[in-house]
Amino acid sequence: MPFKSTVGDYQTVATLETFGFLPPFTQDEIYDQIAYIIAQGWSPLVEHVHPSNSMATYWSYWKLPFFGEKDLSVIVSELEACHRAYPDHHVRLVGYDAYTQSQGSCFVVFEGR
Amino acid sequence: MSKKYDAGVKEYRDTYWTPDYVPLDSDLLACFKCTGQEGVPKEEVAAAVAAESSTGTWSSVWSELLTDLDFYKGRCYRIEDVPGDKEAFYAFIAYPLDLFEEGSITNVLTSLVGNVFGFKALRHLRLEDIRFPLAFIKTCMGPPNGIQVERDRMNKYGRPLLGCTIKPKLGLSGKNYGRVVYECLRGGLDFTKDDENINSQPFQRWQNRFEFVAEAVKLSEQETGEKKGHYLNCTAATPEEMYERAEFAKELGQPIIMHDYITGGFTANTGLAKWCRKNGMLLHIHRAMHAVIDRHPKHGIHFRVLAKCLRLSGGDQLHTGTVVGKLEGDRQSTLGYIDQLRESFVPEDRSRGNFFDQDWGSMGGVFAVASGGIHVWHMPALVSIFGDDSVLQFGGGTHGHPWGSAAGAAANRVALEACVKARNAGREIEREGRDILLEAAKHSPELAIALETWKEIKFEFDTVDKLDVN
Repeated sequence: MPFKSTVGDYQTVATLETFGFLPPFTQDEIYDQIAYIIAQGWSPLVEHVHPSNSMATYWSYWKLPFFGEKDLSVIVSELEACHRAYPDHHVRLVGYDAYTQSQGSCFVVFEGR
Repeated sequence: MSKKYDAGVKEYRDTYWTPDYVPLDSDLLACFKCTGQEGVPKEEVAAAVAAESSTGTWSSVWSELLTDLDFYKGRCYRIEDVPGDKEAFYAFIAYPLDLFEEGSITNVLTSLVGNVFGFKALRHLRLEDIRFPLAFIKTCMGPPNGIQVERDRMNKYGRPLLGCTIKPKLGLSGKNYGRVVYECLRGGLDFTKDDENINSQPFQRWQNRFEFVAEAVKLSEQETGEKKGHYLNCTAATPEEMYERAEFAKELGQPIIMHDYITGGFTANTGLAKWCRKNGMLLHIHRAMHAVIDRHPKHGIHFRVLAKCLRLSGGDQLHTGTVVGKLEGDRQSTLGYIDQLRESFVPEDRSRGNFFDQDWGSMGGVFAVASGGIHVWHMPALVSIFGDDSVLQFGGGTHGHPWGSAAGAAANRVALEACVKARNAGREIEREGRDILLEAAKHSPELAIALETWKEIKFEFDTVDKLDVN
């Protein structure tokens, strides 16, 4: 049966918006994205939510946006601290763009179980 | 002292060629590319264009002495050679603001591209650009939502959006059509689109389509945890029918509707845009018939003018061509009018075809939609050319995947995200595009097969309408 071997069964999964189709980022890849956010002049922020509520517009803030923070490792340690505090929550990194009043970047770093 | 009435035919240039005039900030400025009949002086041709598109007629008339025509007339204030073209020249014309009704693009176009285009002294005439004064712009509503609001409504950040048109574009039943929508959205697209030809035909009435599509959108949102939408085409024979369809889309909880603004007309478009603002709906704009008007390099209206008019009339997404796909489009020129859609100020830049500084004030921006004959191999170039504030639409490039639309959607989404990730990490994605895609395909069999399927397809024809440069 040639059909069986040539056509895949495409599975639908929860992908949670931007970068949801890529494998989880390594530490270095997360650093790259944080560096990009900071280089654009955006303010990094960490947010989290229980997976049952992931479609909500507002996720809980982890502290406040890290205004003016230039140290990439501070952001990484805040992401990890949020993940440790809420291991069953999704944790995402946001880059607030004050000029467009939008988010220049927003992606889930840790998926809750 | 009042003037005397002098019946007869005067030369246009006596009244409408005013090289010493300094345009006011409140003037509406236009640049026409003129090709006159042999033997007619440039100044006379240019003045005739100014006259026929404003207050003038072929003969003096007594009643013009009842008003102050010097206040109302359009003036040609500059003539320039067209680089690389011996016959044609640019005429720059200033129109006083009072010639136009507030908020009416229809009125502006009726004047500027009305009778004058059939004028016998001209062989060809092309409206290249309009500088809309801020005073006029503030009388237009513009996009119902704008880029920032659309991102917030759709929860899409940090990347271009992905869409595709449902195919085959005609002939599917409502239920089968909804199936294709569902496959694309669950596979990873943000939007699907009604083909522009889909209105309410016997094989698929609009209400039936809307209902099945709404179910597909809702289901795919639940399954993916992402916001989804389908451009429900509300273009119809009458405005009343359009509003009825738009109301039903809203009733079904859908985020976005669609209109074809040139075949539908500017008045219909502006009305629908205002309805969208009032009802919290996004508006996708198709541009069927544009190439009839904008493709000839010496006659018609350049698309940058049609794009500016759409931003003023209202729309949240507008098709702009792809630069790299199967449809016409010069890269620099496309970048020029994409700026007109998205930026708050666009400086004069002849290398991009922008003839004037254009201040958009606080008017919202319009997403540029790249659609037509594009596939995964084009992704690095598309991300680089269009940037984040765009919708990249792959029709054949989604449904043509050997495993079907869902896998095709996933392949495009993986390719898009790999390009965005690489760009953010500082890589030059157009130059390194091949490596970026091949790396991404290692963890996505859907992308690997898409890359194999479309590897030979190219669309390399020279563009017919090029920018005028030496």
